[in-house]
Amino acid sequence: MAQTITQKIFARAANRKFVDPGQSVWLNVDVLLTHDVCGPPTFDIFKQEFGPDAKVWDPSKVVVLPDHYIFTANEHAHRNIDLLRQFAADQNLPNYYDVGTERYRGVCHVALAEEGFNIPGTVLFGTDSHTCTSGAFGMFGSGIGNTDAAFILGTGKLWEKVPDSMKFIFEGQMPEYLTAKDLILHILGDITTDGATYRAMEFDGEAVFSLPMDERMTLCNMAIEAGGMNGIIAVDAITEAFVKARTSKPYEIFTSDPDARYHSMYRYQTDKLEPVVAMPHSPDNRATVRSVAGTPITKSYIGSCTGGKLTDFMLAAKILKGKKVAVKTNIVPATVLVASQLSTESYEGQSLRHIFEEAGCDIALPSCAACLGGPSDTVGRSVDNDVVVSTTNRNFPGRMGSKFAGVYLASPLTAAASAVTGKLTDPRDFL
Amino acid sequence: METIIQGKAYVLGKNIDTDQIIPAEHLVYSLSDPEEVKLYGKYALSGVPIDQAGLPTGQIPFVEEGDFASPYTIIVAGPNFGCGSSREHAPFALKVAGAKAIIAESYARIFYRNCVDGGFVIPFETTEPLNKTVMTGDELAIDMENNTLTNLTQNVVTQLRPLGDVVTIVQAGGIFEYARKNNLMASNEA
Repeated sequence: MAQTITQKIFARAANRKFVDPGQSVWLNVDVLLTHDVCGPPTFDIFKQEFGPDAKVWDPSKVVVLPDHYIFTANEHAHRNIDLLRQFAADQNLPNYYDVGTERYRGVCHVALAEEGFNIPGTVLFGTDSHTCTSGAFGMFGSGIGNTDAAFILGTGKLWEKVPDSMKFIFEGQMPEYLTAKDLILHILGDITTDGATYRAMEFDGEAVFSLPMDERMTLCNMAIEAGGMNGIIAVDAITEAFVKARTSKPYEIFTSDPDARYHSMYRYQTDKLEPVVAMPHSPDNRATVRSVAGTPITKSYIGSCTGGKLTDFMLAAKILKGKKVAVKTNIVPATVLVASQLSTESYEGQSLRHIFEEAGCDIALPSCAACLGGPSDTVGRSVDNDVVVSTTNRNFPGRMGSKFAGVYLASPLTAAASAVTGKLTDPRDFL
Repeated sequence: METIIQGKAYVLGKNIDTDQIIPAEHLVYSLSDPEEVKLYGKYALSGVPIDQAGLPTGQIPFVEEGDFASPYTIIVAGPNFGCGSSREHAPFALKVAGAKAIIAESYARIFYRNCVDGGFVIPFETTEPLNKTVMTGDELAIDMENNTLTNLTQNVVTQLRPLGDVVTIVQAGGIFEYARKNNLMASNEA
């Protein structure tokens, strides 16, 4: 029977030859990811349910990456880091990346890729909805809550319903003014925030396979914004080169059968698409940047798992080089590695860091920061009636801090162009 | 478990995301310390813009200023309730505030799983846009055996969708209780 890539990964993890969409199966989990917000309550549930002296099913498969509330004076946030540290020590977890040490990495979804935990064909669950980011590596990644995560910690298994798959094909080539963020915001405008609930979103087409891994991760990252269980992109030479440079673990590559059954298919002529934003207060509230150009903004924010990777900053630098920003502009690298790359990578002979500093941007330390608001002293947090253009993934009311602020989700090109003018601006005005 | 859930309705719109259910700045409190847990009740649904809070009129907070629990026990909402983040703090906060059930047209997957597997609140689905007809403060009764909702204030009975596959987990009170009953707690190697 023909199967999609997601079905095949489910079948492997459930020790079956074939699984049917709609069927519930128990999956063997390859990696469980958690962080500082959901780790401590997950560990509490684990101890409560399996006993105070219970051991996790496989310490090498548990990855703990604190990233949410790191650079804050909030004492409760500090206590959560202490709880992670204690659990990691008690359980001898080799993959704990402690805050304040040279092991600290930053935003978990980007760090997972950097550290070689994203391996084609595997099953990853994480206590963060953007765990779907890892689907860019031809694997299954999906978010879960603390109770489910505690169940995995004790058993290495979780029940999941096999999803129907939706396919999104981007034909032709990517114009230089478009980014993966524009592609996924286009999809969201078409299918809305519950258009893929309980389904797999499979991305395909020449334009998708022309993208570097960073950009593929941006596409898969926002599958959850359509309610998707996972986003997924088949493995190609670019994926394999990235994976092999970071891990020597063997892996299995799955591809969708040509006659696999899809819930629905969407086709886009990529060069006909325009830069878009998602207007307040929903990621599916799509408008072309041109149609809202001139809207005054008070802040530009370039960061997060979806918009704070090296490629995002390379794109922003293209526009910010030799310019001055007109509004407060936060540059928040996702990870320590990306932060260091700001100094080592250059655009037209200048380091990215130099370009951003000269433009008048504020460069922050790597963490989730104001993408989800965070404690009151979080860098970049929106206040009052801020109007923010942001490369992050959500703009629900209050998401970046203030309930009265409006957030426009945009590509790094659009966020940079708008930073320069102080108004929403189509990046083609600068390219 | 109870077969009838009765209480006052609290009505919301569509796409109520987890940042509205419990804003991210409050995720730092302990979920096990009894004193800190109360704060989740205090801030439950505090992110909902006030004009959308307690429909059809709005301007009705779920939890009154200074309180730690809500007078409303059944939440009625439109499609895609609980979209956004994976935070289990969301259904937890609703439970701490006193909510027992939600009736929505649909749910986001992670929130739905968290409700069921954590045994916090029971997520019922309706095919009718009940949040357009039920008013905040109406007295409701859910009959779990017959999957019906009775609006005692308006004297209307509506059919709810059966819970389906997950009914056994809901009846057990969560995934751990379910797994123990069904001998599913063995380790990966077993």
